[in-house]
Amino acid sequence: MKLSLGPLQYFWPRERTLAFYREAARWPVDIVYLGETVCSKRRELAARDWTALAAELAESGKQVVLSSLALVEAESELGALGRLVEAGGGWIEANDLSAVQLCRLRGVPFVGGPSLNVYNHRALALLMEDGLRRWVPGVEQGEALLRELRAAMLAGGGAMPELEVIAFGRLPLAYSARCFTARALDVAKDQCGFRCIDHPDGLPLATREGRPFLRINGVQVQGEEVTDLGPELPALRALGVDVLRLYPQAEGMAEAVAHFHLARRSPQPPPRIGARNGYWHGGPGMRVDAAS
Amino acid sequence: MQLVCPAGNLPALQAAVDAGADAVYAGLRDQTNARAFPGLNFGDEELRQGIAYAHARGARVYLALNTYPDSARLAQWQAAVDKAAGLGCDAVIVAEMAVLDYAARAHPALPRHLSVQGSATTAPALRYMHERFGIARAVLPRVLSIQQVERLCESAPVPLEVFAFGSLCIMVEGRCQLSSYVTGASPNRHGVCSPAGFVRWEEHADGRRSVRLNRVLIDRFEPAEPAGYPTVCKGRYAVGGETFHALEEPASLNTLELLPRLARAGVAALKIEGRQRGAAYVASVTRTWREALDRYRAAPAQWRPRPGWQSALARHAEGRQTTLGPYHRRWH
Repeated sequence: MKLSLGPLQYFWPRERTLAFYREAARWPVDIVYLGETVCSKRRELAARDWTALAAELAESGKQVVLSSLALVEAESELGALGRLVEAGGGWIEANDLSAVQLCRLRGVPFVGGPSLNVYNHRALALLMEDGLRRWVPGVEQGEALLRELRAAMLAGGGAMPELEVIAFGRLPLAYSARCFTARALDVAKDQCGFRCIDHPDGLPLATREGRPFLRINGVQVQGEEVTDLGPELPALRALGVDVLRLYPQAEGMAEAVAHFHLARRSPQPPPRIGARNGYWHGGPGMRVDAAS
Repeated sequence: MQLVCPAGNLPALQAAVDAGADAVYAGLRDQTNARAFPGLNFGDEELRQGIAYAHARGARVYLALNTYPDSARLAQWQAAVDKAAGLGCDAVIVAEMAVLDYAARAHPALPRHLSVQGSATTAPALRYMHERFGIARAVLPRVLSIQQVERLCESAPVPLEVFAFGSLCIMVEGRCQLSSYVTGASPNRHGVCSPAGFVRWEEHADGRRSVRLNRVLIDRFEPAEPAGYPTVCKGRYAVGGETFHALEEPASLNTLELLPRLARAGVAALKIEGRQRGAAYVASVTRTWREALDRYRAAPAQWRPRPGWQSALARHAEGRQTTLGPYHRRWH
């Protein structure tokens, strides 16, 4: 089983980002996803910085995948996406259909990202014709759905692509044209001052009775809980999961990687270090029992 | 521009057609569409009657099959496509690739519209769906500004349909899991958002009310305060020490004043949201937009939004508030 570092969903200062990945080069992860997936205005690192980081990480033996923006609206964003695909060399994580189309036209292998909305074996097979090599199911898809999908794929004579599941981190739940961080700080999106940079783990949102609920991260909304599928490792193995995705968090990432690295080599499932992912078990994503 | 109106049941369909809809869109009574609400939608016989009623009056019927089937249920969506073709629907509105692919192979003559739930926001995304599955039209997610819609009209490979009026999803359609995060039931998989079975209202001794979705507090209301339906995105939450509508306040999209720009941009169809609303809503909103469109067609240069139209539409808006939503840059 491989470990991947998912794309950094938050906006960190340039030096912090570079330091994070310099450290990550020494971590026992096999795959590193690089690039901005949430907001095209976040430019602490320019495209050439990401490319340079990609080269350094590849030098350290990592497979580097460049991740695309989940919501593409502006012409400038399309232009950047075109350059990302043209950059060549590696795979792309396609997080919307624009990226799928560009990869398909240029014959670039891609990873189907979690915001791509693939829910069944036929859709997956169609995307494999277009160049999909690895698939990260959307957050809603748990063990039972993946088992059925895999069975249907194999029964139809097809083969699964590499399967990567989100094993650690806050789940990306929604995207909007609206920037919720700007809204919370009462500034216009076009004059946001890049304030996401002050919130390296997103901006906490709680219910009116003080229960932590969601995280605002620019145009993205995440669940509050840092989910952890470590204890479910035996089930993941049985499903043929090839890659465990760990989403970068502001603190404790080296420890989380070490934890999963130990776990993947152990026959025993590890102790829980994060929240139970309810989606995996076919229910609500969050814990609702303690909600009130 | 074509006027495409919602039909949650046969009376609403008839009301829409009578009020001047060019087309109505409807769903079956199961999870194959994104308004899978109890008591809503069409059985086979009603759909047959609805199609006959619409066709006799020159209107079209589109069948919304715009949820995402998992592998075990794919056959059910395929059967729904067969049904749409067999009953003589004029198009299917589909979000998901496997369903589009099936429709294209099994019923190539049945036009395929890409649903708003398909989340295609750019020309390359639309070209993908066009080249792969031969879509004849696409409904745009409610995320683009009017300038972006105008540009997309120039570069899109297919005619575009945009939302003109109705409840506003603030998240990109097809990419919102807030409902399933709390309840396990989602628009994509189950055709529902924040389903009623999970909603619990609590009356407090002081007259205030709280509303919970699967035990999560969505909002609390003062005694006289109007309270809307508790979708997760329209609740009030605490962020940075302040409590407010952190994601969106209850309001409906109303693009009436943009009608000339949408027409000049070459938008093919205007969509009215609201299959969950009754025949009275459908009749009133359809009539208003029909009149506005007819006036525009007759004399585009003189066209102005009439106060009577705006007040008729505001009466049907959530919280009686309307917004230009994402079409207007300031909303973002």
